Amino acid sequence: MTSPANSTVDIVRAGLPKRYARERRFRLMGMLAIGLGLVFVAILFLDIFSKGYTAFQQTYVRIQVHYDGSVIDPAGTENPDTLAFADYMALLKQSLREVFPEVTDRRAKRDLYQLVSPGAGQVLRDRVLANPEIVGTTEEVWVLANDDIDMLVKGHIDRDLPESNRRLDDRSLAWFDRLVDQDAIEKRFNITFFSSGDSRQPEQAGIAGALMGSFYTLLLTLLFSFPLAVGSAIFLEEFAPKNKWTDLIEININNLAAVPSIIFGLLGLAVFINFFGVPRSTPLVGALVLTLMTLPTIIIASRSALKSVPPSIREAAMGIGASPLQTQFHHVLPLAMPGMLTGTIIGMAQALGETAPLLMIGMIAFIVDVPQGFTDPATVLPVQIFLWADSPERAFVERTSAAIMVLLAFLITMNLTAVLLRKRFERRW
Amino acid sequence: MNTLSETIETGPDANLIVPQENEGAFREQQFEDTVGDVTHPNPRISCREVDVYYDHGAVHAIKNVTLDIGTGEVLAMIGPSGCGKSTILRCLNRMNDSIDGCQVSGSIRLDELDIYDKNLDVVLLRAQIGMVFQKPNPFPKSIYDNVAYGPKIHGLAKDKTDLDEIVQTSLERAALWEEVKDRLGQPGTGLSGGQQQRLCIARAIAVSPEVILMDEPCSALDPIATAKVEELIDELRQQYTIAIVTHSMQQAARVSQRTAYFHLGHLVEVNTTDKVFTNPQHHLTEAYITGRFG
Ligand SMILES: Nc1ncnc2c1ncn2[C@@H]1O[C@H](COP(=O)(O)OP(=O)(O)O)[C@@H](O)[C@H]1O
Ligand SMILES: [Mg+2]
Repeated sequence: MTSPANSTVDIVRAGLPKRYARERRFRLMGMLAIGLGLVFVAILFLDIFSKGYTAFQQTYVRIQVHYDGSVIDPAGTENPDTLAFADYMALLKQSLREVFPEVTDRRAKRDLYQLVSPGAGQVLRDRVLANPEIVGTTEEVWVLANDDIDMLVKGHIDRDLPESNRRLDDRSLAWFDRLVDQDAIEKRFNITFFSSGDSRQPEQAGIAGALMGSFYTLLLTLLFSFPLAVGSAIFLEEFAPKNKWTDLIEININNLAAVPSIIFGLLGLAVFINFFGVPRSTPLVGALVLTLMTLPTIIIASRSALKSVPPSIREAAMGIGASPLQTQFHHVLPLAMPGMLTGTIIGMAQALGETAPLLMIGMIAFIVDVPQGFTDPATVLPVQIFLWADSPERAFVERTSAAIMVLLAFLITMNLTAVLLRKRFERRW
Repeated sequence: MNTLSETIETGPDANLIVPQENEGAFREQQFEDTVGDVTHPNPRISCREVDVYYDHGAVHAIKNVTLDIGTGEVLAMIGPSGCGKSTILRCLNRMNDSIDGCQVSGSIRLDELDIYDKNLDVVLLRAQIGMVFQKPNPFPKSIYDNVAYGPKIHGLAKDKTDLDEIVQTSLERAALWEEVKDRLGQPGTGLSGGQQQRLCIARAIAVSPEVILMDEPCSALDPIATAKVEELIDELRQQYTIAIVTHSMQQAARVSQRTAYFHLGHLVEVNTTDKVFTNPQHHLTEAYITGRFG
């Protein structure tokens, strides 16, 4: 009685160390894999953050400006059009010459004007338009510094390099130092980055245009794809007969999910733009293309959400006399909705990060204006990142990273929402 | 009543053992006709020569069944697993419609209504024939909404007070009112198993059906909850016609007036419950109720 039992125990015990060793090895490998993944994510985030955080500040120069009526409004009409198109840069140049009266020759003057951004006159214009009374008065204004000055302040220009290898020559450095001595140089929060569209001048470039472009595009994508995808999923899962046609459809939906996104871009170009004449570079055509792309993702997620609703719920509803449609809308859909929404958010996050197909439909155009609607030319965040990453100016490097940070923030928020949604509505039957 | 235990003690008969060779032919010959009385003087549902196939004819689940369910009676359907009890029950309110490849032939009538008439409205039929399932399946909604759902979709209540009343009487009839009246807003899925099943019964009777079908309603319940549901079935008999599938012969003996014994898709024997359990006419019935197989 005892001996066979003992022998079983002995055999099992003899094998135990090996089993446990195997388990430990497996766990170790799993931890290694996760660790490696985390390290790479950390490196990525660190790199982007260390390159990009400086973009959230921008160097400004304080300048004493005299709103000279003879420059702004020589005829004294006080016509808003005249005020809007006046040469405010001339005022700034005038002020700069007053700060550095020793600069007289043309070349030197041109270099001097380079201390401030070519778009610095904008601030003066805004102030005058807001309050035409100030014409003729003098006040202190902080204007955008040029990107080279900004880079110098942020330590990206090395003073020890030979002059010929530097973006700023010794004379400019001397002017800059004098401005610093006068406390006329200051780093402030970079509001331009969030409030303006793209620009050739790094200090004037912002992500507002791309953000609005992304917003309009995603909004339309959501409006197009969600009802379509959920409708298809319900039909395929609940109403369509199971035969070789529905099998074929299912296979093709899965295929569609695997098609490279650039193909969708080509399709959009050929069909939506060239055939249907949808205006190019617009959120509308972008959304149509992204809808094609996200449909399979949402359909597949929605179908599996429907599948996971227990059949007993359907039987209960049918048994009481609910029609198939009532069964779906009163009972099955509410239970499947969290899963469907999760799939939708993940699809939207993909669409938000999508670049390639949008290049094909002209959303890569250089667009300064912030889009105001679905048919304004626009670009989107990832394309903006692509554009900036391609620009030679040093100041675009930090803006690229900053834009990536903004994009990542949105992506993380969306994915977090998806996870929370799933947690919140997880049901046990 | 201890007839059941007596049967078990005195029952076995050596000649019941089925010979191994030529088993198929032997069985077929045995099932030719149903033993006992398949008809009822006052039938509510009558099945005539019903055959049911699954998988487009590959599985013959119900073979030539003729059976009446009388008005105001509780008919118990018993038999070993897979003999087709659920199948025939689900035919009665056409729940098999949603199963792909399920075919039903023969005639099933509810009073004068042909249940398998092409023009019949299934929604209407299911409002007349309610169903309670094996596993309690309340909607993941409040207790109130569970019961109110049927009356709502069928438009049975004129207004909110009317609906409140239907909910209350249904819960009272299902002997659940006292336990839940203070928490009607809480989810039905939060109740105990026995309470959930009574909630499902309340949900079924809220639409005032004429017939209630129950497919092993107590198999997921503990003995105390089972006793409550059985008590309830006995009370419901006053108003409804009930067909109940059960695995427990004690339960069949306790709640039903007539019992039908199924075997491999055949209806072997139908008789008053008393007779089936004290004096089974067919040797298969006897073998089953004495616990020889099942
Ligand atoms: N959906 C189905 N598809 C195919 N065969 C089925 C299906 N449902 C039941 N069957 C078969 O029909 C027979 C009767 O099943 P069922 O009525 O569920 O038996 P019971 O309820 O008596 O245990 C069984 O052999 C079973 O395998
Ligand atoms: Mg069954």
